[in-house]
Amino acid sequence: MMKHHTLSRREFLQSGAAATAGLAVGFHLPTSQAQVAKSASMAGSAEINAWIHITPDNRVILKFARSEMGQGASTALPMLIAEELECDWSKVELSEAMYSEHIKRNRLYVTTATGGSRGTRDSQSYLRTAGATARVMLIEAAAKQWGVAAGECSAANSMITHAASGRSATFGSVAVAASQLKAPEKVALKEPKQWKLLGTAPPRVDIPDKVIGKPMYGIDVVRPNMVHAAIAQCPVFRGKLKSIDATSLAAVKKMKGVSDVLEMGEYVAVIGNNWWRCHQGIKALKLEWDVGANGNVSSASIKKYLQDGASKPAGVAKTVGDFDTVYAAAPIIHEAEYYAPYLDHAPLEPMNCTAEVKDGMVTIWVPTQSAEGSAAAAARAAGVAPDKVEVFRQQLGGGFGRRGGFQDFTRQAVELAMKVGKPVKLLWSREEDIQHGHYRPATVARVQGALDKDGKLVALMGRVAVQSILERVRPEALKKTPQGTLDPQGTVSFDDSAYAIANLRAEHFYATTHVPVGFWRAVAHAQNPVFRECFLDEIAAKAKRDPYAFRREMLMGTDDTSRRERGILDAVAKAADWSKPLPINQFRGIALQDSYGSHAASVVEIEKRADGKLKIKRVIIAVDPGHVAHADAARAQIEGCVIYGLTAALYGEITIKDGRVEQSNFNDYRMMKIGETPEVVAVLAPSGGFWGGMGEPPMAPLAPALLNAIFAATGVMHRSLPLSREGVTFA
Amino acid sequence: MAVCEINGRRVDFTALGVEGEMPLLWALRDELDLKGTKYGCGIAQCGACTVHVDGEAVRSCAFPVAACGGKKIVTIEGLATSVNGAASKLTRIQAAWVKHQVPQCGYCQSGMIMAAEKLLRDKPKPTDADIDAAMSNICRCSTYVRVRAAIHDVAKSA
Repeated sequence: MMKHHTLSRREFLQSGAAATAGLAVGFHLPTSQAQVAKSASMAGSAEINAWIHITPDNRVILKFARSEMGQGASTALPMLIAEELECDWSKVELSEAMYSEHIKRNRLYVTTATGGSRGTRDSQSYLRTAGATARVMLIEAAAKQWGVAAGECSAANSMITHAASGRSATFGSVAVAASQLKAPEKVALKEPKQWKLLGTAPPRVDIPDKVIGKPMYGIDVVRPNMVHAAIAQCPVFRGKLKSIDATSLAAVKKMKGVSDVLEMGEYVAVIGNNWWRCHQGIKALKLEWDVGANGNVSSASIKKYLQDGASKPAGVAKTVGDFDTVYAAAPIIHEAEYYAPYLDHAPLEPMNCTAEVKDGMVTIWVPTQSAEGSAAAAARAAGVAPDKVEVFRQQLGGGFGRRGGFQDFTRQAVELAMKVGKPVKLLWSREEDIQHGHYRPATVARVQGALDKDGKLVALMGRVAVQSILERVRPEALKKTPQGTLDPQGTVSFDDSAYAIANLRAEHFYATTHVPVGFWRAVAHAQNPVFRECFLDEIAAKAKRDPYAFRREMLMGTDDTSRRERGILDAVAKAADWSKPLPINQFRGIALQDSYGSHAASVVEIEKRADGKLKIKRVIIAVDPGHVAHADAARAQIEGCVIYGLTAALYGEITIKDGRVEQSNFNDYRMMKIGETPEVVAVLAPSGGFWGGMGEPPMAPLAPALLNAIFAATGVMHRSLPLSREGVTFA
Repeated sequence: MAVCEINGRRVDFTALGVEGEMPLLWALRDELDLKGTKYGCGIAQCGACTVHVDGEAVRSCAFPVAACGGKKIVTIEGLATSVNGAASKLTRIQAAWVKHQVPQCGYCQSGMIMAAEKLLRDKPKPTDADIDAAMSNICRCSTYVRVRAAIHDVAKSA
């Protein structure tokens, strides 16, 4: 059978994929399978610096150190280098920056982590500098050869030219000489107005392979002698396996293709020669779990606990003026309590990792948002030093924060590879993926505010009851206060608001439950903006104020933040024609929220149908990220955030019963589809002078803008999500 | 028994030792090494595993090998050849996907493209309602806006 298998595989490679793959010329993104060939093709190249290798035949090879999860980083980040390098963009090749090289050479690539909308904004300075430095060195090498002043030479399209003498040289012809020069300590970077490549939208380098089904994701990895693994984890978090029914165990061990059943503490694994066979084995096992003390926890008990936490003084993150005194004496006050549920990331590619442990070395092939995070988890699991790990980053079938800080799948794959003694590809079922997430935390917020006699907001208090994510990954960021511990992420939107509010207090009730929480796209900025921005509409309505004007008058400061927040609010209002009335039965809401270094605002337009259903007609999101690296990838992030955010607002909830997650697949964890997609207007309004993120900021103002639109249409502010549970139905 | 044609090649699943209950998805992925067809849910909800069986768009995670006998099956790897012959250049849909820069993470796109191909064969000029009905695939990155634009673009030039 093995022989047939091999023959079939070769036949198929000859037929379809290999033939069409040849169409993707020019840019090639390395995959692990292509790694050997890629390394070989770099032979003879000169390393100008960590990011730039140039071959004698003038091929420019740029290193890519972050993760590609669809956001376009593998195009945008090399563009930052190429802009300053003055190379021929159409001939640039990419090479994966290897984790081992990164560690061996003192964190050569700064970081491999890809999260927090940081890819472009955190690396733009050193990537542009690397490009400029290399250009200066290449010019210097050519000028030396020609005996002319470097200042008389220029670089463009991978060529250096001395205009006065008409001489020119390729980058490749001087690359070796340039690599031996001392790098200049200071280089001048271009002014944004001089950019030729940045801010444009060249075709993304990862797309050609994605339309022909090229194997490039973690789930596609194949290694010699590899076995598959499917697992079942204790359905109640923190529980562990008690026993496997002996009859079912014996039967599963005899199942076709199953080679082993492994008891791993908090999970059970079936090992075999085909993932589906392993998965059948898992389903046939009768498992008894020791669920520990959390078997009675429910969503209702957690919500009650959070509500109690939000109803009494908690850790004070920020205080300005004297909220209590002003609130007590104000002519108009308002109070509201909001709730947001747990949410799972549910990237379409379930969690997976392939691991091999051999001769004290651990090798992993993993779709990860952090090669360093994966390596650390692998090293811990195998009991080796981090420099004994190699990581081949695969394309991610979605990340959204799930594949970063928490590397449970990597740990398990390494544990299994050590037990089995062969390469193991671990793949979670969709059910495992949804029931063993690191969820956006359920949150209760109590908000109080006061208006003066002119209808101006003079006092605001936001108390947010929510679990800490940082306690598991960065406990040093937690703060001790007289009222208790707080996590600075807990009170975002309240403690960092640009609105000029004379009396303000932000508090965090530091909640703990057994449900694991993690960094879901936009993190606290996914739910906290609802609590602030919906409250603003509620209290503005009490004074019959226009929501746009009400916000704008609090943003009249002359500082950069006020100016930019006002600017993006104006931009979205202009794009939405806010000053003009909508047709009959149409309504709109507006919201504003800065996050991840960018400023974003949204207007959502809805229609109230005769049957009571609502139709989301149009979503406008405007973002000021300072500068834009790749314009079309930035627009795609806005489009993506619209559906990711609307799916959550309309349908998204992970509920707990008997300590475990009730949802299990897309039949009960509903996703929006194409027919529900509204018109999306993506407004990029870069104002210059800073670099902000793009992957998450568009999410932040979306949900409150939608809820504010429904408030305008119905007079009801739905303070609890998702809307489906509130009885709101959509056409 | 389960002898079928996959991307123009004869495949005898019985001879390969593949049991009839195995979903076609896993026979493609783990037995034939055709990795372009993706696993997303296993219960025919997401469409990432969409292939063509005798010209119909089928969710291969819920289509057993036993049902493949005598069928002509096309996966994303064989799509270009099945449409364009031996030259196997990109199909007009794949080309439109590149032109409109549709994929983000790309994981759902094999299924999206297979579903779009079937839609446009049935309805060369689909309405928005036709697209809504035929394209029930889940995309978590949300490429829906561009999927629609690319399909209309192909229809326009048909």
